[in-house]
Amino acid sequence: MTRYLIRRSLQAVPALLLVSLCVFLMIELGPMDPLAMYEDNPNVSPEDLLRLEERLGLGQPVHIRYGKWLLNLLRGDWGTSNVTWRPAILEITDRLPNTLYLMTASLVATLALAIPLGIVSALKQYSALDYVATAFALMWRSIPIFWFGLLLIIVFHATLKNPFTGNPLFPGAGMYDIRDKGMPGYNAILDYAHHLALPLTMLTLHSAARYMRFMRSSMLEVIHQDYVRTARAKGLSERWVIYRHALKNAAIPLTTIIALDLPMLFGGALYTETMFSWPGMGRLFLQSAERVDYAVLMAIVMINAALIIFFQLAADVAYAYLDPRIRFS
Amino acid sequence: MARMVWRRFLYHKPAVVSLAALAVLLLAAILAPLLSPHGPNQIDLDRQLALPSWEHPLGTDHLGRDLLARLLYGGRVSLLIGLLAMAFATSFGTLVGALAGYYGGWVDSLLMRLTDVFLCFPGLFVLIILSLALRQLPIPALRGTALASILAIALVIALLAWMTVAKLVRASFLSLRHQDFVEAARAAGVTNARIIWRHILPNAISPVIIASTFRVATAIITESGLSYLGFGVQPPTPTWGNMLKNAQEHMLQTGTNGPWAAILPGLMIFVTVVAINFVGDGLRDALDPHKGQGANPPTQSN
Repeated sequence: MTRYLIRRSLQAVPALLLVSLCVFLMIELGPMDPLAMYEDNPNVSPEDLLRLEERLGLGQPVHIRYGKWLLNLLRGDWGTSNVTWRPAILEITDRLPNTLYLMTASLVATLALAIPLGIVSALKQYSALDYVATAFALMWRSIPIFWFGLLLIIVFHATLKNPFTGNPLFPGAGMYDIRDKGMPGYNAILDYAHHLALPLTMLTLHSAARYMRFMRSSMLEVIHQDYVRTARAKGLSERWVIYRHALKNAAIPLTTIIALDLPMLFGGALYTETMFSWPGMGRLFLQSAERVDYAVLMAIVMINAALIIFFQLAADVAYAYLDPRIRFS
Repeated sequence: MARMVWRRFLYHKPAVVSLAALAVLLLAAILAPLLSPHGPNQIDLDRQLALPSWEHPLGTDHLGRDLLARLLYGGRVSLLIGLLAMAFATSFGTLVGALAGYYGGWVDSLLMRLTDVFLCFPGLFVLIILSLALRQLPIPALRGTALASILAIALVIALLAWMTVAKLVRASFLSLRHQDFVEAARAAGVTNARIIWRHILPNAISPVIIASTFRVATAIITESGLSYLGFGVQPPTPTWGNMLKNAQEHMLQTGTNGPWAAILPGLMIFVTVVAINFVGDGLRDALDPHKGQGANPPTQSN
């Protein structure tokens, strides 16, 4: 086990290096110039531009710049944003809490919705509830999430109004109300929950459909196993059979799926954050891509890739821990 | 064999209906110039966001362009990108998987390490960076044409989509390469290339067909997503994704065609993707391969 972990961790190093090299070259290939935004500014003289170019090291060949980036990273320095001129890591830590808030809420809601629904629809296979739940899961397999978000805004923001105030029923953008914040009588919890509702629905229905499908099929597989029949034959109560014998085993594959999804807590949701102007990581990434902010782009992609590798390994370890039949080779 | 598969496919009713729907969609996309009296980029600034009328059956968008024409032409682009991306990803994935599985040893380790590296790319992030890098394919003859942009996006999507196929094909090749019929072919002096292509691949193709079908659906969603974010096919070429992006700013203007301009392109994506996924389910049941990796559509980004 320890040897397996060490081997897998060592394999991660060249993989991450390759990812970083590929992404660096991809950004390099892009047609856009990080300094383009300054060129039209009359306050920035050609000398200033040259100085900026020098400060960013843009004149140097790509392999030198990649080497410098890598050396700085080994010293723990992610570089400086060429848009705000702050350390890239600060740009990220500014946005991370907002994304964590949205994604954690969505993960909790997803599990709370999908696990019971999946279990019940497996136990009552071919019942009305099973048909409805399965149809929902099949539909959301194909629904483009950004379109569903638009529909939510059209219905709950543009069409439906709050009968008391005449305002839209739900806000369509942002995390809180800028005008009301800090005013007397302002209820922060209510306001944040109000703003969370639509993006949360958009994210949650999308992933709950997938988790529910998964939970259902893994539960169906388990309840036809011999050991479940044995448990019933022993005269155990149905409740005990389901929760102690079946569910425990059916939940094992689910932990893998959850572990593989956890990097999203960091990466955020590009479509959802864009649609609801949520100031999180997804939007930070898009803004950095539009302005060719090397340092921030590289930092986001590399931290994400490292998390993906880490959680792939964590998923394997969790699986082996929960299912003693699995052995590492 | 083919007839048996077809008969079993016909048992899957949603798949049959979906296949018919796809045929209609494809036909409509091909016949777009005949079906629509307007061009997709014909601007009419006097009729912005006009409600449906005889002249514009689905109304117009914010520049007064006929929505029906744009949906039809957009369908061409979206379907073409879906099919092209699938074709690129499947051929490359099959090549990598076949070589790795057939030769084994260091070829296998090298190719599988490569596959693993691609699997730890954070998908949508890298897609966006890549689409900036490859906005125009460096083919002089196509420079500045819509086709260059379409090919580039299809390639970008395929570059991050071939790994599942590679793993599937490798697994089949690993289990087939020491079978008697392969040993027999080898003893008879058949070349490696011919054994891979004519002897093993036909026996390994079923899971690839199923995975590729689902792949078309994912590619269409990915393309519309990229175009929706502004990193896909560039305007004025219509795709269902960038139509959604354009419509988003005007969808709150009730009483105009604004909301419909935002709803219809998404509905087209949804119908197409549902149909393709059902056809995939039907094929899976008909070909009856071992259930496992690639037997379900890959997950969407959020």
